[in-house]
Amino acid sequence: MSDTALLTLEGVYTNIAQYHILQGVDLVVPRGGVTMLLGRNGVGKTTTLRSIIGHWRAHQGRILFDGQDITKLATPAIARLGIGFVPEDMGIFADLTVEENMVLAAVSGPIHSARLDWIFTAFPPLKTFWKSHAGNLSGGQKQMLSIARAMVEERKLYLIDEPTKGLAPAIISTMAKALKDLKDQGSSVLLVEQNFAVAKALGDSANVMDDGRMIWSGEMAELGRDAALQERLMGLSMEAH
Amino acid sequence: MIRSLLSGDMPRSLPLALILGGILLCLALAPFLFPGVRTVDTAARICIFIVLVASYDLLLGYGGIVSFAHTMFFGIGAYGVALTSTHMGRGFDAIAIGALAGATLAAALALLIGLFSLRVRAIFFAMITLAVASAVAVLVSQLSGLTGGEDGLTFKTPRTLGPAFKFGKEVFDGTLFGVKLNGKLLAYYFVFTGALVLFLALLRVVNSPFGRVLQAIRENDFRAESIGYRVVYYRVAATCLSAAIAALAGSLYAVWLRYVGPDTVLSMELMVDILLMVVIGGMGTLYGAMIGATLFVLAQNYLQNLMGAASGLVEGLPLLPELLSADRWLLWLGVLFILSVYFFPTGVVGRLRGDR
Amino acid sequence: MSAAPEHAPTMAQATLAERIGPFMPVLLVPLLALAGFVAIMNPASWLTLTVSGLAMGMMIFLMASGLTLVFGLMDVINFGHGAFVSVGAFVGITVLMGLGHLTEAPSLMLNLGAVLLAVIGAMLATGAMGWAFEKIIVAPVYGHHLKQILVTMGGLIVVEQLIIVLWGPEEIYFNRPEALKGAITFAGAAIEKYRLVAVVVGLAVFAAMRWVLRRTKIGLIVRAGVENGEMVEALGYRLKLVFVGVFIAGSALAGLGGVMWALYQEVITAHMGNHAMILIFIVVIIGGLGSVEGCFIGALLVGLMQNYIAFIEPKAALISNIALMVTILMWRPMGMIPVVKAK
Repeated sequence: MSDTALLTLEGVYTNIAQYHILQGVDLVVPRGGVTMLLGRNGVGKTTTLRSIIGHWRAHQGRILFDGQDITKLATPAIARLGIGFVPEDMGIFADLTVEENMVLAAVSGPIHSARLDWIFTAFPPLKTFWKSHAGNLSGGQKQMLSIARAMVEERKLYLIDEPTKGLAPAIISTMAKALKDLKDQGSSVLLVEQNFAVAKALGDSANVMDDGRMIWSGEMAELGRDAALQERLMGLSMEAH
Repeated sequence: MIRSLLSGDMPRSLPLALILGGILLCLALAPFLFPGVRTVDTAARICIFIVLVASYDLLLGYGGIVSFAHTMFFGIGAYGVALTSTHMGRGFDAIAIGALAGATLAAALALLIGLFSLRVRAIFFAMITLAVASAVAVLVSQLSGLTGGEDGLTFKTPRTLGPAFKFGKEVFDGTLFGVKLNGKLLAYYFVFTGALVLFLALLRVVNSPFGRVLQAIRENDFRAESIGYRVVYYRVAATCLSAAIAALAGSLYAVWLRYVGPDTVLSMELMVDILLMVVIGGMGTLYGAMIGATLFVLAQNYLQNLMGAASGLVEGLPLLPELLSADRWLLWLGVLFILSVYFFPTGVVGRLRGDR
Repeated sequence: MSAAPEHAPTMAQATLAERIGPFMPVLLVPLLALAGFVAIMNPASWLTLTVSGLAMGMMIFLMASGLTLVFGLMDVINFGHGAFVSVGAFVGITVLMGLGHLTEAPSLMLNLGAVLLAVIGAMLATGAMGWAFEKIIVAPVYGHHLKQILVTMGGLIVVEQLIIVLWGPEEIYFNRPEALKGAITFAGAAIEKYRLVAVVVGLAVFAAMRWVLRRTKIGLIVRAGVENGEMVEALGYRLKLVFVGVFIAGSALAGLGGVMWALYQEVITAHMGNHAMILIFIVVIIGGLGSVEGCFIGALLVGLMQNYIAFIEPKAALISNIALMVTILMWRPMGMIPVVKAK
């Protein structure tokens, strides 16, 4: 299993202050394709991503990335192993221009022009507002920038937290299209998503969390077909979307 | 009885109770146990600094707010008494009015500073108080017409508090256990009683619901706010109260010294001393103020001699005599201070109580 | 391939006040200079005071800039920052006094060379000290403001005392290098040469700092880190390392400020840094904690205010700066150029 898996979480426990948010999370992200992380609000999806990147510390359990134990590594070291992170709050540097945000995200050197062209095709507003302060962008444009920052270099794994949250339908389809592009290039993505239509369209495998644990793992297609299973795992929240 | 006097805040540790009892007893009987001008003077200073440090701990230990203006408030109280005693003539009425005016002014000033700095960030408060206190200290030195400038003011307190006043001739033949019954003795007990009352009042405040809310805010201001407590109001109120009590302590100091000057009551060095006393005694407990002030004043008076002796011993060696010179004791206190904040944040009291 | 949805944003015409708003802090400096002109009514005196106010402002900026960046980047408030000012002054002046043959020679180049060596010595010493200070004093108390204030204050006391141990408790008087003594006359106003040097140095450092912050990757990291350090780390940058670098640079700048300040006063004491902290705090508060530009503008305002008021009513000088701080905080509670934190 570990030869093919890109990322493995084994019994991860994470506490935030006195709250036990993760209580033994097991997760396998294979190489290539989109792995969905699903579940109702507040079950620990964001905390799982933050534990992987090292913003929160796992108190127990192991996190393996590309065959290396990263449980105790510092965040910058984890990121340098080739992980692009799109946090839930987007993490835009509002005081910097779009360009500066992108330059900063290109850790290993100048941005490749082919890569930039691809990003501009996927997210045209970024080209328009290239020299503007990121703080002046609209919510959807900020989300585009956040994802573009992760895409600016080839990463082994993309951690993307709710990229469609609070966005207009037209912009959601832009996002979905860009993520599909990313997937088609053979990238590996761990995606947290509340929009079930997007999840169904993009997801290869799916993992459902509840109460700080993984309660179901399998094929996204299987979960997408089975309304009763969705109901049991996630309540009604998904169907409402 | 004791429990209600202490507002239910018992020492909770036998060694601590013994030490506190010992300090209280020594201070209460100081003129009889340790007769002598210098020792009684030391005891009076301890009484006053206990109140001053305890009032500071209300801010720092209970409120989690760092202020550098505490000497300013202390000085306002001291100058209040000095000014009224100078202009109204000696008398208890002058002391009362001076103390009251000083406390009121201190509280008003604290309200002002608190309102425009605490509403933004608690950290502004530390910086702004530092700036304001320094400006006031400079101002006091400059306004020599009113304050006597660098020289300060020497004034007269009521005759009954002066050494020339004798009493008890008929009953005790003017002495009690070999101690002369004079105004200086009365002045000591005036200071002692005043300090005791203020300390017990502070104890009441920190153990009241108000004190508990303050501690809750220190632990997590965000949560306290979301439960519905207006964090700013509580912090500002604590600041005002602490300022008023510091001013009253200043008044006591002025009565005892019959002199005020910028170096004695307003200096930055004094502010640093207060910080040291709070941290060494233990933040967040008024008993820490008692122990911290006592240890510090004793050290200030007697440790310097010891350092001087040590410096003499290593004479001839490079640098060491300089480092151990009595004038450099602040250096070692600074080191001690840093180490206590790191390794000993609950101070002597915390250790004795066996807290973390 | 679908294009991004068309946006047709419309914006209400901004009022004059709204359009001026962002530039208001910058405008305050000439406004204050103008107010000073009206109050003083004597062009020659005004020019003298303005130059000396700008010179003082530049020196305060040098001393304060490190403090504000350190706070912005790591949320660390260093009450011991004044120690670097004192140490910088003592090391610099010691070097300068050792170079008597250079400072007494009536040659501008030799004099400036001596000052340059003094500045290098001071900055090396304070930079190294900053590194040690960060490791020993600050590192154990990250994320804990109360302890930071106490511990850095303790550090200041210790450093001040060590200065006394090494250099003695007395004030040290000295003379400026020959070529920097005296004044030049311009439009009827006497302008001390040294103040012009201070203005030039201050402007140069500010320009260099802005260039680094705007045009280099390390500057990008610092600016982004001030806003959202967590995200900078998630991109793969070791912010802690950058922070130590900024701490060292800030300490070295404070050392530079200390030398400049010492040459301005022609006397040094162990407590000079502590005294400078009063103005430094006022400057970083009114500028907006974490903002270099705000710090620069704030420093100029404080310098000008101090000099104008000292001319009109000497006793009110320090109080006038407190008044300035109160006024600005009532206008903008977070300072003139507030730094927006992501969290």
